[in-house]
Amino acid sequence: MGTVGVVFRRELASYFATPLAYVFIVIFLVMAGALTFYVGGFFERGQADLQVFFNFHPWLYLFLIPALSMRLWAEERKTGTIELFLTLPITTGEAVVGKFLAAWAFTGIALALTFPFWLTVNYLGRPDNGVILASYIGSFLMAGAFLAIGSAISAITKNQVIAFVVSAVVCFLFTASGSPLVLGPVTAWVPGGVVETVASMSFLSHFAAITRGVVDLRDVIFFGSVIGLFLFANTILVELKKAD
Amino acid sequence: MTHLIEIHGLVKRFGPVEAVKGISFTVDRGEVLGFLGPNGAGKSTTMKMAAGFLAPSAGRAVICGHDVAREPLQAKRKLGYLPEGAPAYPDMTPAGFLGFIAQVRGYRGAEAKRRVGEAAERVELGRVMYQPIETLSKGFKRRVGLAQALLHDPEVLILDEPTDGLDPNQKHQVRALIHGMARDKAIIISTHILEEVDAVCTRAMVIAHGSVLADGTPAELEARSRYHHAVFVRGVEPLGDGIAGELAALPGVAGVEPGGRAEAAGLYVLARPGADLLPVVRELMAGHGIVIAELRLERGRLDGVFRDITAAKN
Repeated sequence: MGTVGVVFRRELASYFATPLAYVFIVIFLVMAGALTFYVGGFFERGQADLQVFFNFHPWLYLFLIPALSMRLWAEERKTGTIELFLTLPITTGEAVVGKFLAAWAFTGIALALTFPFWLTVNYLGRPDNGVILASYIGSFLMAGAFLAIGSAISAITKNQVIAFVVSAVVCFLFTASGSPLVLGPVTAWVPGGVVETVASMSFLSHFAAITRGVVDLRDVIFFGSVIGLFLFANTILVELKKAD
Repeated sequence: MTHLIEIHGLVKRFGPVEAVKGISFTVDRGEVLGFLGPNGAGKSTTMKMAAGFLAPSAGRAVICGHDVAREPLQAKRKLGYLPEGAPAYPDMTPAGFLGFIAQVRGYRGAEAKRRVGEAAERVELGRVMYQPIETLSKGFKRRVGLAQALLHDPEVLILDEPTDGLDPNQKHQVRALIHGMARDKAIIISTHILEEVDAVCTRAMVIAHGSVLADGTPAELEARSRYHHAVFVRGVEPLGDGIAGELAALPGVAGVEPGGRAEAAGLYVLARPGADLLPVVRELMAGHGIVIAELRLERGRLDGVFRDITAAKN
């Protein structure tokens, strides 16, 4: 087990050392259920699929993931443990990746615990389980992208509340970058190419593409790139800000 | 032999403020270097740079032949570092925390277990091993930090205020621990407790305003004190002004001062460099038929030296 693995294990265990893990998982499951059954009208639709369930994931992640990522680096800086952590024989990149993977695995656990939805829909009808699997993969990838953004932003500040709010806003911009709300102010003064680029950054459209049941390599690469890019930024930010 | 710690012209600027202004020194095996200085003098900043946490604005730090900036991993493997305030993950137990440190340092299985056990034993963590660190007293937290720094038995130790927050017994323990390890390591500690310098350091460095103002053995620093080789004398009856005048007139005497509150009715007879006042003072007292209650030779006072050195810069 390499250094990344050691960091990963410590981080993942630390979620379960406090009520954080249980609170997060319970709220995630309750919210997912409430949105699916009451807001999404799961039963009224009369269709054996999890489309409504997955439709709400970006919006759930929008505030739940920043709540998870806000502590990643802000807390280390606040308590001063970052000074200990980064003077161990470990590179900053390993530290960033280990922490990120632990948070990602944790969201994976939370996501996996939504399996009763899958059981329900299989009990009620005959859903296309391929589409459901693709949607789970898509949701997990999107969660990773949200986390990478949140982790990078957490490295900028010692204040977890600021990390939360800024992460939520940035995540919202990425989620909704295809919508008029974000594109509106941009279209007026930038060339069309840029508008299209901004629009293509939309998590919603990439996620929607996957939930249709096709795990397109382009969408996977998109989320992978967002994760890679933000973890790279995260590493640089940690280096720059660690001693402030 | 190369030095275990080499510091070459370290400079650290925070914006317009120059916190460390070109500090250079080396530490060899067997040396315990004490950083002395007022708060904000640049001690911690220098230690952070030596430990590879802060990148210096100029200069370089070399640990066991490895440049901290260019070969950080090799340097950090040779180094045990206790950051200021002894930070540790609050929701972990010392056992879990030290286990994590052992694994990051590359120990696995039984070896990791043995290392954790040894380190815990050295700082006497015993009964708190399975309590969350956030519930521990300041003294135990400090010891967890020390255990973490000692775990891999490093050749170089950098300890930022290792005895801060400990009670006198614990302080004594930690000093004994440092003293016991000193022979085969190079150690830097920072402190503002002057007696600590005397107790554990083979060498002391006074740092203020980001520069080294004095560097020498504790004895050399004491020799800079105006009380160095002074004689304190107290009679059973208070000594009169006449005696004080006669003492002042003795050869080799630089001056006579009354003793402090706790030493009422005593006199300090200050020595000129090289003078040996004890016999002459005793002789003078005997000549006047004064019964001596107390007579002692002063080594010098580090706190006075410290104040003189650091205040002169202001």
